[in-house]
Amino acid sequence: MAIENRKVTVTVNGQERSAEVEPRKLLVHYLRDDLGLTGTHIGCDTSQCGACTIMVNGAAVKSCTMLAVQADKSELTTVEGLGTIDHLHPMQQSFWEEHGLQCGYCTPGVMMAMIGLLQENPNPSEEEIREGMEGVICRCTGYQFIVSAVQKAAKIMAEAAAKDGEAVAASQLVGEGTHRG
Amino acid sequence: MANVVGTPLKRKEDPRLLTGNGRFSDDIQLPGMLHAAILRSPHAHAHIKKINAEAALKLPQVVAVYTGKDLEGKIGPIPSSWLVPDCNLKEAPQYPLAIDRVRYVGDGVALVIAEDRYAVRDALDLIDVEYEALPAAVRQKEAMQEGAPLVHDDIEHNIALHWKAGEIADEVLESAEVVVRESFYVQRVFPSPIETRAAIGEYNPGSGELTLWCTSQNPHIHRMVLSGVLGISEAKLRVIAPDMGGGFGGKIGVYPDEALIGYAARDLGRPVKWIEQRSEHFTASNAGRDEVIDVELYGQRDGALTAIRVKNTANLGAYLSTMGPGVATIDFGLMITGAYDIPHASCETFGVYTNTTPTDAYRGAGKPEATYQIERIIDLYAREIGMDPVELRRKNFAPKEAFPYTNAQGLIYDSGDYEKPLQKALEIVNYEQLRQEQEEMRKQGKLIGVGISTYVELCGFGPSKVAGAIGFQGGVWENSTVRVHPSGKVTVYSGTSPHGQGHATTFGQIVADKLGIPMDDIELVFSDTRAISMSWGTYGSRSTPVGGAAVAIAADRVVEKAKKIAAHELEAAADDIIFESGIFQVKGVPGQQRTFQEIAKAANMAWNLPEGMEPSLEAQSFFDPENFVYPFGTHIVVVEVDKETGEIQMKRYVCVDDVGRVINPLTAEGQVHGGIAQGVGQALWEGAVYSSEGQLLSGTLMDYTLPKARFFPPIESSFTETPSPVNPLGAKGVGETGTTASIPAVMNAVMDALKPYGVKDIDMPLTPEKVWRVIQEGEGN
Repeated sequence: MAIENRKVTVTVNGQERSAEVEPRKLLVHYLRDDLGLTGTHIGCDTSQCGACTIMVNGAAVKSCTMLAVQADKSELTTVEGLGTIDHLHPMQQSFWEEHGLQCGYCTPGVMMAMIGLLQENPNPSEEEIREGMEGVICRCTGYQFIVSAVQKAAKIMAEAAAKDGEAVAASQLVGEGTHRG
Repeated sequence: MANVVGTPLKRKEDPRLLTGNGRFSDDIQLPGMLHAAILRSPHAHAHIKKINAEAALKLPQVVAVYTGKDLEGKIGPIPSSWLVPDCNLKEAPQYPLAIDRVRYVGDGVALVIAEDRYAVRDALDLIDVEYEALPAAVRQKEAMQEGAPLVHDDIEHNIALHWKAGEIADEVLESAEVVVRESFYVQRVFPSPIETRAAIGEYNPGSGELTLWCTSQNPHIHRMVLSGVLGISEAKLRVIAPDMGGGFGGKIGVYPDEALIGYAARDLGRPVKWIEQRSEHFTASNAGRDEVIDVELYGQRDGALTAIRVKNTANLGAYLSTMGPGVATIDFGLMITGAYDIPHASCETFGVYTNTTPTDAYRGAGKPEATYQIERIIDLYAREIGMDPVELRRKNFAPKEAFPYTNAQGLIYDSGDYEKPLQKALEIVNYEQLRQEQEEMRKQGKLIGVGISTYVELCGFGPSKVAGAIGFQGGVWENSTVRVHPSGKVTVYSGTSPHGQGHATTFGQIVADKLGIPMDDIELVFSDTRAISMSWGTYGSRSTPVGGAAVAIAADRVVEKAKKIAAHELEAAADDIIFESGIFQVKGVPGQQRTFQEIAKAANMAWNLPEGMEPSLEAQSFFDPENFVYPFGTHIVVVEVDKETGEIQMKRYVCVDDVGRVINPLTAEGQVHGGIAQGVGQALWEGAVYSSEGQLLSGTLMDYTLPKARFFPPIESSFTETPSPVNPLGAKGVGETGTTASIPAVMNAVMDALKPYGVKDIDMPLTPEKVWRVIQEGEGN
């Protein structure tokens, strides 16, 4: 409390945003409370559940494990930057089609974690998807339809990549629609 | 237009949730909003000697600190809503904050309010409470013994209730050739929705209205109870359940915390938000199960079962929760015969106070426990008489011809054909071949087990007169309003309160078929006491069979009125109007027609309505079913146990569920999967661990195992459809079947795998260590 607030500036979903925060503030609280990006959720206090997973400089990170000040000058993608209602990201579209969500609370974090997985392994087996979900917990679905959704997303993204003639799964990360701040 | 009921439509709710546009409790920000935190007892049982909040109040951002003494006479105790009759029920008052004695780790001691969510937690650390620790009663059987510490001084032996149902004559028991006895422990588990609980209060001193957003599966029950607790008119208390990240029963209860937040918002004249921490959730939110079940199954050598006698000793925690008293009594004790035509049954239940967090309904509430004991003991009986467990089940099934079937405890099962899903499941797993393979694997020294559960479940609460007779402090009917706008677009209001189940989709499908309009023309409204007439919420798998039925009836009423308007416009008799796919047509006169949208406009404009007809096109229904519904089915699990490590691997999970008519096969299957994951979680990984002093040792997600994706094989799920006769949809509940069925199926499979070692039971969860020990002991012999 005696420590002065710091200005933290990030590029989130393609937009530069900044806010003055306490140095102890978690990145997830900065996103939610200071930037109003409430699509990223908090499900635990010990970094087990993964509901807060976002992309930090292209890698999936649990945003409760970082301080906001550590993210200063970083590029962030949250669920709000994935796709729009009219133009869903393949991961969002696949979760919808395969019923990969019920309450939808863990979903943004799970989707981010799975996008991270596909960046590393664009064509994972069912077993690899299940293991890739080690860092997230879903209490509603029993995971099976999430697995189906990730398989479908991987296929769509691989096809898109083949069409573009290069492995661009990563470049799809930020949706083509408007960037919400 | 093709009918959509019965088709796997994508959910209406998803685009919003998938794009970060959901609105969960913690997403709500109000001008001037304060943050609350609750200081909780670190002791299971202690006197509060002194509370010193001076240091906390000196922090610049701290606005207020309330203690139990501060609130005496200002907030009433939180009552239980299930006062089971004829069981000498003793309800100890639960004040929103402990006044002079704490009774469980997690009991609220002080409420702190500050400007910021970090500052309020700083303040918690600065409150100094002087306790005098007392001995604690932790486990139910010990808590009942002479000399055990008393949780409430005036409640002898800590016995909150002693309930009995059914009697068995001595001759029946004496004439049995076989008796199989076992004691099972259905351990305490945590519902653990990924969104914890939350409450936000906002008070308008001008109007005297209090709005409470809270994580509630039943906002109207919250309003009814909290209006009494807070002393505010129901007409001035608005309860809204925002989007909710799961519930599973853990958000049925009316908790002290919600009353505190409502009180503070009114007292301070500023909005107040409270978000439960995950570690706090483990001690402050009601847990599930925690029942010691002693079973005796009687019958003949040929497998004819004659009687079942059960004693359930249930740990109710330190106070009676909202539904707590009904779980181990009514929900459990009337279902102990399961799917079997066992002519005699009796159940005796003790509900016991302990120095632990209260227990309440958790997915299935009593039925998983009832199913567990019957499905486990029937396997042991089969083993005793050397009969295949499938054959013994078949021999004793309530026969298809007997429906509606009255069980030994007097419940009337609405419809059933237990052979149908069993047969289907056996075919899917290829049972006979599976048993042969198991034999061969055993010869090779591999431990393969096959477990079966042929369950039936009571759900779809239910007839209100029965609710009254069993002491439930509420009705259990549902209401719906179908409102047709001038454009023909429709808003549907339902008293159920979904939080992941997908009612906007399934109820939308019902309305789309009834009115012949596209799904996109239908919007659903739930979970707001100002928008929706009195209703009872979402639990006990009641939403579709009761709430969905109310929606269907209201939509039928809309059509009925619309037909009259069409008849008037087309100058025909109402009986001559055919309504199909959104078109009203005069029978035999194809050209003479009106669209649903044209009638919607005509009704709302009211320029030319039949004589005496009121304007508008809107109907409300209040549906109180004549009976509960009883879904059933067969789950078969194949496991392999690693001899060296005690680890269990599920090789196959096959389930065939009969939930009556299925509205949306995709969301129904999702419910089955999720239910199974929670049931298997109970069998294999989850379990509360309390020390003998009442400290919760499994109080974070680092210590309590929620199932992960890699723990499961693909679930092979399918349905059979035996319609229910008690609602116009023919639907039964689906939300709890997976949990109810899976716990004994998995346990039976592991016990089957360990059969060579002669082991009959291991307490859940089946951690590798426990299994390994059993194998080691077996090898030693």
